[in-house]
Amino acid sequence: MEETSIIISGFGGQGTLFAGQVLAYASMDNGLEVTWIPSYGPEMRGGTAHCTVIVSAEPIGSPLVRRPDVVVALNLPSVDKYEPLIKAGGVMVANSTLVNREITREGINSLLIPANTIAEELGMVRLSNMIMMGAMLALKPILPLEAVKKALGEHIPERHKKTLPLNYEAMDRGYQFAVDHQ
Amino acid sequence: MAKELLKGNHAFAEAAIRAGVEAFYGYPITPSTEFLEYMARRLPSLGRAFVQAESEVAAINMVYGAACTGKRVMTASSSPGISLMMEGISYIAGTEVPAVVVNVMRGGPGLGNIAPSQGDYYQMIKGGGHGDYFPIVLAPASVQEAVDYIGLAFDLADKYRAIVHVIVDGNMGQMMEPAELPPMREISETAPDWAVRGAKGREPNILTSIYIDPVDEEVTNLRLLKRWKEIEKNEVIYKEYELDDAEILVIGFGTSGRVASSAVREARENGIKAGLLRPITLAPFPTQRLLELTDQVKRILVVEMNSGMMLDDVMKIVKGKVPVEFYGRMGGVTPLPDEVFDEIRRVSQNTGPGAEDPRDEWIPRLEKIIAGDK
Repeated sequence: MEETSIIISGFGGQGTLFAGQVLAYASMDNGLEVTWIPSYGPEMRGGTAHCTVIVSAEPIGSPLVRRPDVVVALNLPSVDKYEPLIKAGGVMVANSTLVNREITREGINSLLIPANTIAEELGMVRLSNMIMMGAMLALKPILPLEAVKKALGEHIPERHKKTLPLNYEAMDRGYQFAVDHQ
Repeated sequence: MAKELLKGNHAFAEAAIRAGVEAFYGYPITPSTEFLEYMARRLPSLGRAFVQAESEVAAINMVYGAACTGKRVMTASSSPGISLMMEGISYIAGTEVPAVVVNVMRGGPGLGNIAPSQGDYYQMIKGGGHGDYFPIVLAPASVQEAVDYIGLAFDLADKYRAIVHVIVDGNMGQMMEPAELPPMREISETAPDWAVRGAKGREPNILTSIYIDPVDEEVTNLRLLKRWKEIEKNEVIYKEYELDDAEILVIGFGTSGRVASSAVREARENGIKAGLLRPITLAPFPTQRLLELTDQVKRILVVEMNSGMMLDDVMKIVKGKVPVEFYGRMGGVTPLPDEVFDEIRRVSQNTGPGAEDPRDEWIPRLEKIIAGDK
């Protein structure tokens, strides 16, 4: 596969870093090269948090990019920051519950998905990251949805294991929403 | 063993454990803190020593004392913490005991920030502490490389009774990558013949860095210098990328070398004959290889995350035989591949003689980039 760069960005506490790790585990488990690098500024809960994941069949040089192929934006500041930076032909998935505007950038494949609303329907607002991940995989099939689910099952922290079925459902809902709204 | 997805700082610490580190002394500082945390969890359960000291000064002196026993010992810190350790590092060098120091570099000078930097090049490569001594400095560029070379760092420290610095930056400490850890090494029960572990039944060993008679100190300095000459002869390590027919030579280490490798790949896709030399030992520097390449290439571009420190070493070796140019980001800014690619393209079209100090031409270019970034 071509080298693909993904930025997952949102508020601290929305699970952006963990979502990136799940993608990184899945990539490694499927024999791909991968790097995961977080923003690690002096932030606190409610500040911004993002990570860059690069997936490739070849050894990866820079773990950072200016112009990502894919952006998963869980809040408005993330859309504002990355919308102009995405590569032409790239993908942006944005959380419309917290992004009260359209994505106007032309030449990219974009999707607004009410991730918090869907997460609340599932009974746990913290699922928004996995809903977004499911939607992203529908638009940019870096890996099969099942491969990412498997990685989540194997790497979710022990204390959250009981929420695994809900997390799977969240990924499915996100994936399906993207399929229905493309 | 299978690859695991490992966070840099955790992987470096586990690599040290598997290389047989028996004691870690440190004081937490971002972006190296996870290194110390990992050691705090792992070492006591293995029956080895972990101490969070009251300061970096205390930590390095604990390393000094423990190193005198001939056991494998280390510390890890980040730039300001390493500055505090420099006195102890000089004492360790002067006493000729082996120790490994990991510096996860961050922006400076002063308190600076916690972002990734290579601004400690002079401090780490040129000594940093007082007096005549020569540290070995390794600069890995990926989690796997760091895992591999931390094991080597301990071997080199033992072999030459020397300080070995492993320098990475905040990017590498914080990032996760698949890496394969080595098997756990057996810890040697035999003490080196110079070690102090109790002298029952034999003459005591004396380890010291004090030589009141200047001639004795001079003899020691000469011993260290001759040992360094051996190291220069035997221990140079570097990686090459696309150099066979290269006309533009890019030189970078650690993260900047890695970013440069992406830019070189893009340059090749655009028909520019660029190649990369990435020193892994910054000390000893791959001088011989650079001299050979100087006869081959038309122009050199040095890429760093500082104000051009390795640049000075490159200039000293190249001696004006080919024009050398520079691109650096400072203060905790990591250059991105497109910036370095733009530089490679610019350099490939430049037929000018090159400045006496490449920084003079770089400063206005950087000012423009900073103005555009903000």
